[in-house]
Amino acid sequence: MSLHPFGIELLQFVLLLGLAPAFAGWVKTLKCLAQGRTAPGILQPYRDIRRLFGKDIVLAENASWIFRFTPYLVFGVTAVAAGIIPLISVDLPLAATADVIALVMLFGIVRFFTALAGMDIGTAFGGMGSSREMMVASLAEPAMLMAVFTVSLASNSSSLTQMVAVMGHAEFVIRPSLAFALAAFIMVALAETGRIPVDNPATHLELTMVHEAMILEYSGRHLALIEWAGMMKLTLFFALGIAAFSPWGIASDGDIGALLLAFGSLLLKLAVGALVMVLIETGLAKMRLFRLPEYLGSAFLLATLGMIAFFILE
Amino acid sequence: MTHTFAVQLNSLLAALILLTAFALLAQRKILGLVHIFAWQGFFLALSTAVIGYASGEHHLYISSLLTLVMKVILLPYILYTLVRKLKVHRDIDAVVNIPTTMLLGIMLVVFSYHLTAPIRELSNLMTRSTLAVALATVMLGMLMMVTRRHAVTQILGFLAMENGLFFAATSATYGMPMVVELGVALDLLIAAFIFGIFFFHISTTFESLDVEQMAKLKETD
Repeated sequence: MSLHPFGIELLQFVLLLGLAPAFAGWVKTLKCLAQGRTAPGILQPYRDIRRLFGKDIVLAENASWIFRFTPYLVFGVTAVAAGIIPLISVDLPLAATADVIALVMLFGIVRFFTALAGMDIGTAFGGMGSSREMMVASLAEPAMLMAVFTVSLASNSSSLTQMVAVMGHAEFVIRPSLAFALAAFIMVALAETGRIPVDNPATHLELTMVHEAMILEYSGRHLALIEWAGMMKLTLFFALGIAAFSPWGIASDGDIGALLLAFGSLLLKLAVGALVMVLIETGLAKMRLFRLPEYLGSAFLLATLGMIAFFILE
Repeated sequence: MTHTFAVQLNSLLAALILLTAFALLAQRKILGLVHIFAWQGFFLALSTAVIGYASGEHHLYISSLLTLVMKVILLPYILYTLVRKLKVHRDIDAVVNIPTTMLLGIMLVVFSYHLTAPIRELSNLMTRSTLAVALATVMLGMLMMVTRRHAVTQILGFLAMENGLFFAATSATYGMPMVVELGVALDLLIAAFIFGIFFFHISTTFESLDVEQMAKLKETD
């Protein structure tokens, strides 16, 4: 028995929407364990989202349409990205419409509108957060593209599904270029999803927050959508890393058994990936903002070295 | 260990040597530099042993052992003791700032790739592709000597250049004759001692290891 490609596409959307809060909860649980605190449980993000949906929206008087429109756009665009990144199968009809460059651009749109919304209300924090976010973004995006391009080179395609299909069936070879690209990708993904060396997702301390400063004025269902989109973004970056660097086990068509197997291996890889990230986050302290260019610069350097290593050594 | 696996392993080690060369450019703490230099020597020794195994040139095992003793244990130890005795911890700010140096470094890597491309076409050794990395390591060591102003850092740049040359010899012709290698190793050891004496003299005369100070040698102010 086999699923229609559009069925797989739909399944991926549902999977990401449902799985993202649980994944965020799992990361939080691991972090609590690593720091010796009592964990709120994996289901806490679901409860948070439900609570926020039940609350009224408090809107500033001078909020324009951008402020009201942004949460829906952020949520929608992040969900579209779920149709492009292969989570459980490479047989995705939507993936033909957008390659990896378009994917980076989708995340760029999300960031652009979040930054605009941060400035829209006119509070000091919003503007500060937006300015910081754009600084991080301008440095992280080239490194991100370079890291993904290295994988594109190795698989001769910039379409994600094609990349996964080629890499998933390639025999095992030691590839220094991919090792560099993976290291660069991890560094950039920490920056893009606002994790610890770059931004601390758990703090509302004025001096250090980046992403939280932009969305400080949101409340009610707007906040719920943005938080949910944030969880989906975190999951998507993990999924992107898994798809690009360890796609083994992913289904090549809509066969139910293969899909179940792919789902199991995805869960396993996500769990392990979260553990790695929590270890990185617990081991490091948040960097000073002015040291970030150096951090992201070295990510760019690693990605470029990966690309050069591909040409020189392979 | 099959032949193709050895070639892949050697590529990986070459990539790690290139990475350590860049790490030397990025690191500011002197002790950190010594550690990275020791790692570079370690990868070099490992790569020499792998090439020796895959090519059947067994004299490379001796070179590998020599590299291990000299560049991973002896030279870092001497430098470590020197740095501790002279009480230097941080590098003086470089002439060019570090991100710019990195970009220059990337350009040098691309340049050395182009420079070695004809040799790559001619050679039929399994290590022909790592020659570009070896040349790049030499260039990066030179870049380090040019852009840094601290005497110890410049010496580390020089030693990194020597690592690059050694790597170039193993990847271009499966190593130099044994006599030459022994001679170079001895020279390096002597050089390390002479550097040590120089460091002491520079630091007692100028009370600093900044080589910029040595530009003004006039006795009158």
